Order: sequence, then structure tokens, then C-alpha cells
Amino acid sequence: MTAASYDVVVVGAGIVGVACADQFARRGMRVAIVDRDMVGAGATAAGMGHIVVMDDSEPQFSLTRYSQTLWQGLRLELPDDVEYEQCGTIWIAADDEEMAEVWRKREYYNKRGVPTEVLDAQTLQRLEPNLRPMAGGLLVPEDAVLYPPCAARFLSERAQAHGAKFLLGDSVAQIGQGRVHLSHGLQLAAEVIVNAAGAYAPDLTPGLEIRKRKGHLVITDRYPGFIRHQLVELGYLKSAHSVTSDSVAFNVQPRRTGQVLIGSSRQQGAEHREVDNEILVRMLKRAQEYIPDLMQMSALRTWTGFRAATPDKLPLIGPWPADKSLFLAAGHEGLGITTSLGTARLLADHITGAKPEIPIEPYLPSRAAKVEVHA
Amino acid sequence: MSREVRQRFDVLVVGGGPAGVAAAVRAAEAGVRVGVVDDNVNLGGQIWRGGPEHEKETSAAGWISRLRASGATILCGLRIFHQPEAGVLLAEGHDDLHVLSYTKLVLATGARERFLPFPGWTLPNVTGVGGLQAMVKSGLPIRGKRVVIAGTGPLLLAVAAYLREHGAEIPIICEQASWSSLARFGVALFGQPGKIAQGLQLKRQLAGIKFSANSWPLAVHGKAAVEAVVIFRRGQTEAIACDYLACGFHLVPNIELPLLLGCQIQRGYVRVDDYQRTTVQEILCAGEPTGIGGVELSLAEGQIAGLVASGQMTEAKKLFGARNRARYFARSLDRAFRLRSELRRLPSPDTIVCRCEDIRYSRLSRHTSWRSAKLHTRCGMGPCQGRVCGTSTEFLFKWNPDSVRPPILPVRVESLAAMSSELDLECSGVSGGHK
Repeated sequence: MTAASYDVVVVGAGIVGVACADQFARRGMRVAIVDRDMVGAGATAAGMGHIVVMDDSEPQFSLTRYSQTLWQGLRLELPDDVEYEQCGTIWIAADDEEMAEVWRKREYYNKRGVPTEVLDAQTLQRLEPNLRPMAGGLLVPEDAVLYPPCAARFLSERAQAHGAKFLLGDSVAQIGQGRVHLSHGLQLAAEVIVNAAGAYAPDLTPGLEIRKRKGHLVITDRYPGFIRHQLVELGYLKSAHSVTSDSVAFNVQPRRTGQVLIGSSRQQGAEHREVDNEILVRMLKRAQEYIPDLMQMSALRTWTGFRAATPDKLPLIGPWPADKSLFLAAGHEGLGITTSLGTARLLADHITGAKPEIPIEPYLPSRAAKVEVHA
Repeated sequence: MSREVRQRFDVLVVGGGPAGVAAAVRAAEAGVRVGVVDDNVNLGGQIWRGGPEHEKETSAAGWISRLRASGATILCGLRIFHQPEAGVLLAEGHDDLHVLSYTKLVLATGARERFLPFPGWTLPNVTGVGGLQAMVKSGLPIRGKRVVIAGTGPLLLAVAAYLREHGAEIPIICEQASWSSLARFGVALFGQPGKIAQGLQLKRQLAGIKFSANSWPLAVHGKAAVEAVVIFRRGQTEAIACDYLACGFHLVPNIELPLLLGCQIQRGYVRVDDYQRTTVQEILCAGEPTGIGGVELSLAEGQIAGLVASGQMTEAKKLFGARNRARYFARSLDRAFRLRSELRRLPSPDTIVCRCEDIRYSRLSRHTSWRSAKLHTRCGMGPCQGRVCGTSTEFLFKWNPDSVRPPILPVRVESLAAMSSELDLECSGVSGGHK
């Protein structure tokens, strides 16, 4: 039987996969996207939906900032249920030492054209009265929040409108050499295969250095106006980037509904989906140190998800050296919602030979020397 | 941080309705340490609960006074939300947290009414059938009010009799089941002397009330509250003026806790063996979660579970006969009151299905699974956690329910933050220096 043939087959219908499918389809390519579940069922459903510029490294900054401007450009097209709100992020400084970090961060952002505002203790208290008194903070007003499952659905509908074909509910057994084999026997032929399977990408591309990093979230009932910005402790960077140990950080988000999303935690090597009491308790006690009144709120649900973490904390975008039909768009850790749009553009530019707006080199899978071994 | 109370029981019973009370009585009378937990401030469950006036009724008073004399610890007003480790349950009280350890656990978590959405069902004074009864028991004046009763199941008749006794006018009872299905149910009642007597008694109390089979509500009209209900009857629509519409489409078991604990569910009910043991060791289940069957079945199953949990296997066996007869009745009940497929067409596109999140029917009908609907519309993601809309969408769209995670009901964040029962964890302070 002849396999159905496409220009591009994207594996994984999370927000990164659907963003890629959308980009390829809009450029006139024949696209199929396959997923064992529905659109946005994995990390996309589990994540907070914080559109944030990060400055852990130059390439991380470039990709997050580039992607944020793409979200801003899309803003008017986003349906209401995507709940895009440019509420801004406040990086909270608990003491003078962290206040010094506020000033460093401000320098960095200002040099690169990202508006910021340094908040002293009183201004912070006025903006966020429910925070325990703190040394101050850095407001990044262009950061935003959105509801990821609906954002992914929006991108998937746009891809479909441009002819992308969605094959959902069938898992992928094998990919490579221009073929995608589905578990139920169906085969797809493709010039380009994009592995966008997130934390599960290594299952299909052995040798890929992506590890699951588990996170927990709690959502409360509705308390409109309780907090007004995404609030993140400055220690977040240290916590988010510790590759070896489990960590928690204060990171809370106001939803449009008035609900408060409470995070965050990072665990290495945890494979089970169940809520882990110990880390959840640590996470909530961390939040309590910043906002004591959170404790009296009604918690509706808890859940977990798996981030796709790479050793150097940057995503893998571009060709996989061992197979010329295979490309990667995976390993986005906690930034997949933000960087989905930038990833899709970069990859589509690279494949179609268009000039990219930021260099793709820092994200190329070939950067990891280990990759060559598998060639 | 709120106060933490720790208690240990040989047999812990969850649920203070007939099944739970019977289980606790039989276990405690054998001398073991028994605790009974219920989220309500009063014992009795949905069926027996009420004012002191109500406790005089039927077998309720007998069982409850027996429980009070049995030495069992009664823990009312506690909401169990999580099992942090095997053999330990966490419950939230009004201002404290309870850590309840058990050797054997009896789940008698009861059932709730099923609501189906139709235009106007969210108007004030549209209530559940059992819900309205509970409101009257706790003081709602009903004398002289016109109450239309609609839906399905024997509860319609029982509540109609109760409301009429308290002075309500019942213009009609609309039962969605067909006459033929009811007749089969009637036939199945032979061999159930107790039930027939009950039926006859009700019949006397219900004399003169119009009862219509093949009949169901189509829409409710009213501005600030119900003014009239449009029903389908004898193949036609008919508007009936009323002050209340009490509506209930039979019962659905509360299986959230059994699911959280890993008990196997079979066709929507907790799977148990002859001894009421679930598929999880040390956990038994009795009453509505094993199959909707009413008070008699619950009492039989509860007693068996209590006896087995306290090691009285021979005594338990003696009740198998009574339990099996009651179960036969329960099965015929389920068949007789099965929901007809026409009811799936009751909602209009703009009918609200999820009241917590204001999600309308048209937004749900494009989804193919409960999970998809939840993720994309937030249906079932509000404070009721899908207990209302999840049971209606299960029928409307034939969706399967999702997995269950702690907390199984909303709790204070501080209760979640106390979940680690062994360790009093101090935050390790990832950024340090800010304390």
C-alpha cells in the first residue's frame, strides 16, 4: 500500500507542534500532524501560560523576546477564550541582595529594548497589597498570561484552515528516513519529519538528551483582584536552573477569572503523574512566605506535568544530524508556551531557506557533541 | 496554621447515611475502635438527615441511637480530601485538619441527584427533588406553594408525599419512564413484601395527585424565579404554573473517594465481592456506591461491611440473603428508571450546562471527550469539580469521567499545605537570605 505523502509531518500536537504545523501550512506546504491524544493534552495543558522574557542566557533572551513580540502581533486575532492578558511580571526582591539583582536585570533588559520599571518597597506594596512587605521588585509590563489549551486550539484551527491534516488519537511507533509509522499500521511519507513530542521526544529519537522535569500547580477559587501581576521570586532563576536537585519557587499567576494559579516546583527523574505531597507542601509553604493570605483561599485542584528539559536549558530546534529527513522542535522546558511561536518561525525559515529574524545556531541540535556519535 | 487532630481507628467508616451508620454500629458493637466521618454536621445522610422531628421516623432513629450507644466516635462536619499514604486519610474541619488512620476502611459515601439541563433550569426555585425536601426539613415554608415534581425514580413519589404532608400543592408528578417500564418494575416488586407495603402507604398519601408517566420538563419560564414549567405529556406540551420545580433524574453514586483510593469501578459502581470488599485490600464499600438501591440495601450492605471489617465473617454471611433480595430490587429499579434518549435533546444551544463556569451546551457539543471539554471550555473545573455537570454530560454526550486527583473537593490551601503527615517540612529556601 502506498503511504499517504506529505511535505511535513509534525509529531506531537502540543503548542509547539501546532505552531509548527501552522507555520508550514501557511507557507503552502502539505502538512500532517499526529498525536496519540488530543491537541494540547500534555505539557501544554499542564503549564501556566506565562508569556515571559527570560535572561538566563543570551539565546534564551533572544528566543523569548522574539516569541513575545510574535504573541503581541497575534493578540488581536486571539479568540476571547485564549484569555491573553498583558498583566506584566513582577520579579520580587525579598532583600537588598535581591534588589541588586533587580538593578542588574533592569540594565540587561533596557539595553535590549525591553521596557521595565524598578519598584521600591512602597510601590510594590501599592501594586500588590497582599504581598508580605518586600524590598522591591522589577515590573516587566509587556509580559503576559494566556490559557494554553485554547491557544493551542486556536493555532491548530489556523493550521487546519490552511490545509494541515490532523491525525489524532493514534500513537506514533517510529519515525525516520522519511517515514512516520503509526501504531495501528498506518504509514506516512514525508520530506520533513518534525519531532515535537516534548518530554516524549527521546522515545522516538533515541540519543536525544531530553529529560522529564516534573512540575506541580494548584488553582484556587475566584478571588478577583487578589493579585494583579504574575509574581515570581527572583530566586526563581536559581531554582529553575538547578539541574540536579528538586526545587520550589514562588510563582503565582492571576487568571482572568480571578482564580490564582500557584506554582512552581521542579523535580528530576520523577516518572509518575501523581501529586507528590512533599514537594507540593514545600511549594505551598514557599508561596505562603510571600503571600500569607493564600493559605485561607479555597484550592480547587492540583495537577502535575512534565517539562522537557535539555542539559543546557535551551530548546532543540533544527535538523537532527543523524537523519536528513528528521528535524527537532523539542526541549522547551518551562518556556514552551512562550517560545512556541518563535520556534515555529525559526524552523520554517530554516527549512524553506528564508532569512530568520534571529539566528537559529544556538538552538541547533548539532550543538551537543554527543549527537554526532549517533550519526 | 490551623490545628491538627490525629486519631487512629480499627474501623473507619466514611459516610453517616444508612450504610455507614449500620457498618459503624455492627463494628463498634463488637468492641473495636470505630470512627464515622460525614461532611454534614448531622448524621443520617441524604435520606435520613433532617430536623429532630425526622429522626423519629422509620428505622432512622433506631439505628442512630444504636450508633450513639455503641461507643463509636462520631466525626461530623469533616470533609475527606486526600489519602497522603496508605491507611491515612486527611479531612478538613471548620477550622482544623484531621489526620485519620485506619486499619480497615468502609466507604459508604452515598449518592447525589442527577440534574439534566433544559432551558430555564438555572432559575431560582428550580431545585433537586431531594434538595427541596432537605430545604423544607431545614425550615423552608412550603405550605400553600405549588410544586411540580419531575424527573425519574421512586424519590419523586416519596418527596411528593412528604411535601404534600407539609402543605404543598402538587399539581403533577412527571415521570420520564414509560408505563410499560413501570409496570415491569411493579411486577418485579412481588416477592418484596416490605416494598409493596411501602408502595401502598405512599399510594394513600399520594391519592389525588396527578401522576404522569412518559412525561418530562421541557423548559422553565419566569423572570426572577420559576413562574411556570412547560412539560411534555401525552405527546403534547403543556404549561403549568408553579412556585417550585423539584427535579431529579435518579441518583449517581459518589465514587470520587473510592477512585482516589484506587478501588476498581465497574459500570460506574464500586466493585465489591460478597463480603463487600473492594479490590483494594482493607477497604470495603457499602450502599449506593456499589449500586443504587435505597435504604434497605444500604442497611444490609452496611451491616455486612461493618461485620467483615471487625472480623465477624459468620455473622456477615447470615445477611447475604437479605442483601441479595434487596439487590434484586435495586437492579429492577435501575432498569425501570433508565433515562430515555429523548432527554439528551432537552438543552438548547444556549442552555447553561456547567453552572460554576457558565458553560453553555453549544460550546460543549463540539467536543468528543470530557477531558477535551474540560480543558478547552473549563466545564467542570469550578468549585463543584464536575459533580453536577459531569454527571449530566456523562448522560448527554456519553463521555467517560476523568481520573481523580487530590483534593477530591475544594479545601483551604493551608490544608493542602499540611498534607505531609509524617514530616513537618520546613521550606528549604531555594533563594535563601530573604527570611
